[in-house]
Amino acid sequence: MADDIFERVKKVVCAELDVQEGEVTESSNFIADLGADSLDVVELVMAFEEEFKIDIPDDEVTKLATVGDAVEYIKSKIA
Amino acid sequence: MILNGKIAAVTGASRGIGQAIALDLARAGAQVACIATKEANAQTTVEMILAMGGMAKAYGCDVSQTESVEATFAAIASDLGAPAILVNNAGITRDTLMLRMKDDDWDQVMATNLRGAFLCTRVVTKAMMKAREGRIINITSIVGLHGAAGQANYAASKAGLVGLTLATAKELGARGITCNAVAPGFIETDMTHDLPQEMKEQVQKSAPLGRLGSPEDIAQVVTFLAGPGAGYMTGQVLTVDGGLTL
Repeated sequence: MADDIFERVKKVVCAELDVQEGEVTESSNFIADLGADSLDVVELVMAFEEEFKIDIPDDEVTKLATVGDAVEYIKSKIA
Repeated sequence: MILNGKIAAVTGASRGIGQAIALDLARAGAQVACIATKEANAQTTVEMILAMGGMAKAYGCDVSQTESVEATFAAIASDLGAPAILVNNAGITRDTLMLRMKDDDWDQVMATNLRGAFLCTRVVTKAMMKAREGRIINITSIVGLHGAAGQANYAASKAGLVGLTLATAKELGARGITCNAVAPGFIETDMTHDLPQEMKEQVQKSAPLGRLGSPEDIAQVVTFLAGPGAGYMTGQVLTVDGGLTL
């Protein structure tokens, strides 16, 4: 289940940030490693909300710095 | 034609400046979603566009209501495609001196003129960001820049549109989206029709160009801002008032 979420997160990240799957690991930082800017992060969060049918409040968004952070957060929301 | 293949959405498109904008964008080749409070009213503009060989569709929408705006733009996206051009033109007046101004007079004007522009801008930006292009044009007013007695609500909403224009330009510039505003002066429309004749004569006398403006005077500036010629302009307010405020 956790791996499955990671794979789905990875797909969303690749599509939104225009990066290759190989570049995306649990520790990848959206901004520092994957080249996202603040608008990309907003688009990414909206894409996560759509993919996982969840609502991610703004004050939680700031805590989601890496792919792993997003996977953990999404797991906690849909568990 | 400079806007061939582009999809444009114009609010307040049933008459006046909005109708002229819809017609001029269509003349430049754009497919135009004509938005008005009542679909039947926007249909008048659509028929004028169809008659000149253009492409347009009418939509009824309360721009001050989120659900209405979202439903309308979802329908536009499925009928025509996602707009690359948005013109926030819908506006109302509830003129009276502040001492007599009701809370409702204030709230309704702010809801349509300012909140409406925010809601429409928010709903189009996602697709514009993806497309890496977009033109957002807000119709403000010289009253938003200079004030006018009896128009505290209208002036505040139009000044608010200037701030919205600046913020949008800064926020979305990195995605190739421009946002500019047009500030019309005294334009002959239904909105200004009932103003006293002496006031109109006064305007005619004080404007260096010696006449009131027509809706087409505004529309052609909007088409310019929507076109390739304005590609490196953003966050600007263009006053189109015959020199009235000089």
